[in-house]
Amino acid sequence: MRIGTAKESYAADESLFDTAVQWRWLLVFFALLLIFPFIATPYWLFMACLVAINVASATGLNILTGYTGLVSLGQAAFMGVGAYTVAWLEINLGTPVLVNLVAGGLMAGAAGMLVGVPSLRVKGLYLAIATIAASVIFHFIFANWTSVTGGVSGLTMPPGTIFGFTLDEPRDLYWLIVPITVLMVIGAANLFRTRIGRAFIAIRDRDISAEVLGIRLLRFKLLSFALSSFYAGVAGGLWAYFFRVVTPESFPLLMSIFFLAAIIVGGMGSILGAILGAAFMTMVPEVLKMVVNWLSPWLPDAVALLSPVRVMVFGALIVGFLLFEPQGLAEMWRRLRRQFHLWPFKT
Amino acid sequence: MASELSHGKPALSVERITLTFGGLRALNEVSFDVVEGSVTSVIGPNGAGKTSLFNAVSGFYKPSGGSVRLFGETIDRVPAPERARLGLARTFQNIALFRGMTVLDNIKLGRHAHMSTGLLDALWYFGRARREELELRAEIERRIIDFLEIDHIRNAAVAALPYGLQKRVELARALAMRPRVLMLDEPVAGMNREETEDMARFILDVKEEWGVTILMVEHDMGMVMDISDHVVVLNFGEVIADGSPRAVAANPRVIEAYLGAGDVGDLRRRLQAGKGPTTGGKAA
Repeated sequence: MRIGTAKESYAADESLFDTAVQWRWLLVFFALLLIFPFIATPYWLFMACLVAINVASATGLNILTGYTGLVSLGQAAFMGVGAYTVAWLEINLGTPVLVNLVAGGLMAGAAGMLVGVPSLRVKGLYLAIATIAASVIFHFIFANWTSVTGGVSGLTMPPGTIFGFTLDEPRDLYWLIVPITVLMVIGAANLFRTRIGRAFIAIRDRDISAEVLGIRLLRFKLLSFALSSFYAGVAGGLWAYFFRVVTPESFPLLMSIFFLAAIIVGGMGSILGAILGAAFMTMVPEVLKMVVNWLSPWLPDAVALLSPVRVMVFGALIVGFLLFEPQGLAEMWRRLRRQFHLWPFKT
Repeated sequence: MASELSHGKPALSVERITLTFGGLRALNEVSFDVVEGSVTSVIGPNGAGKTSLFNAVSGFYKPSGGSVRLFGETIDRVPAPERARLGLARTFQNIALFRGMTVLDNIKLGRHAHMSTGLLDALWYFGRARREELELRAEIERRIIDFLEIDHIRNAAVAALPYGLQKRVELARALAMRPRVLMLDEPVAGMNREETEDMARFILDVKEEWGVTILMVEHDMGMVMDISDHVVVLNFGEVIADGSPRAVAANPRVIEAYLGAGDVGDLRRRLQAGKGPTTGGKAA
């Protein structure tokens, strides 16, 4: 049972993590993040980097779709804008990595703001279709503006260097990707403790009364689009450094749906939700693949038999979440915590 | 009380507001003043145009004629969100709270227009954003949550609260807007006797302790007559009476609007005029 958490100041009540136990767990988590690269195999490092990139992008989409209530299927395209910007800068100007990433984010943010303009008039499915249209346009630009994007064959970039270190392996990139993702997630969590985050939620919950409270709808909807796309752009930039080949096919519409599914499975309108959702969506197919591999000694043709099953299990898991826990993984976690806090009493 | 107030400065003046929806005239040259420091009630039968009037004043509907002045300044060209900054706050008939948020966050949203935290400050939080948030929190706790007696529900989700408390949270949010004129759209609709009395007490306290001018639409005649300084009666989009509660209650046009021009209204009027029902019957 949770005891001894009396708060004596508003500052204590407003903090993100309000108990000593939470802080200790957080320290343990960061310590694990620190030692992870020294103990993990290259495969797990690769997966960790990929999860971190997806967490960054899903957090961005969560700001827009989960918190502001504007459904977007353009997240992959905005990642593409970031990735192309970073690749172009790295190849042609060789500017520092962090500058490139910020530039990628800003470029994607600007693109997002442009795509967000219809959001003042259209909502829900209509907005989703509008963002699909936008991502088709971006795909067209990626494929046909050959002088900048390299056309269909895309851009192949050299590894980035930061303070003299060459970032050409997941082991090195981990130190770039994970800290940036952590910073972006903390930024998003902070945002929702201030007037801007509250305004986003107000627009989602009831835009008419938001207006009466003095929230300018267009400005905040565009801000949400810009911020969400900035997150996507930086994530796309990290993606570019990670894979070092950026082609028009790197950021398909399916990827946008992947992120939307990630925040739904994780929990819309929850910072933890985007983290859990992105990790879940990235890792579960891999875990299922491993299960299939473990089974292969007993089942000689397991790989051939179970590969389609794997896809089906993945799909069934998502459907299961929608049915049994529409609030997502974050809600499951919250419930678990509540039970733990109240134990031995029951809710 | 009404007579002294009628000489006061108007906080809000509605001047010949006309609002049409297609061919329908929802408001027809509606004019009245809300005197600073008063409680002014707008009453009228269903469909009289009370909520349309509120929507026109708060900037949702664009009137086709007339103008609205707030402390002498015309606000016709001011968009709805800007009106909040000028000190015009309102609540809604059907509660318009943000259901996914806690009571505290709902109230904090009221202050949105008066806060200055920018995007980068918000992402970083420490420093300016934190200072502003904590000041706001302390002020809300001290002035609003205490005042409206909602400290036990500050961290509750709004959606889970009973109706009466939701109305009170909506009032709290409107108070956080630092209003100079507070518009309440049916603040006690659907409340029981006790909740209505609480709300009436809060409204009077807001007027007296906060010095906020109140414009209210309400169907509960008991409350309207008890706490209003000034009553405006609308019927079919027109002002049919305007004055102190006592004068309005005795106005034959008001009685007619509420009770109809038929037998009951006729009877009532004759009774009030001191004639018996039988003589009325003969005269007819």
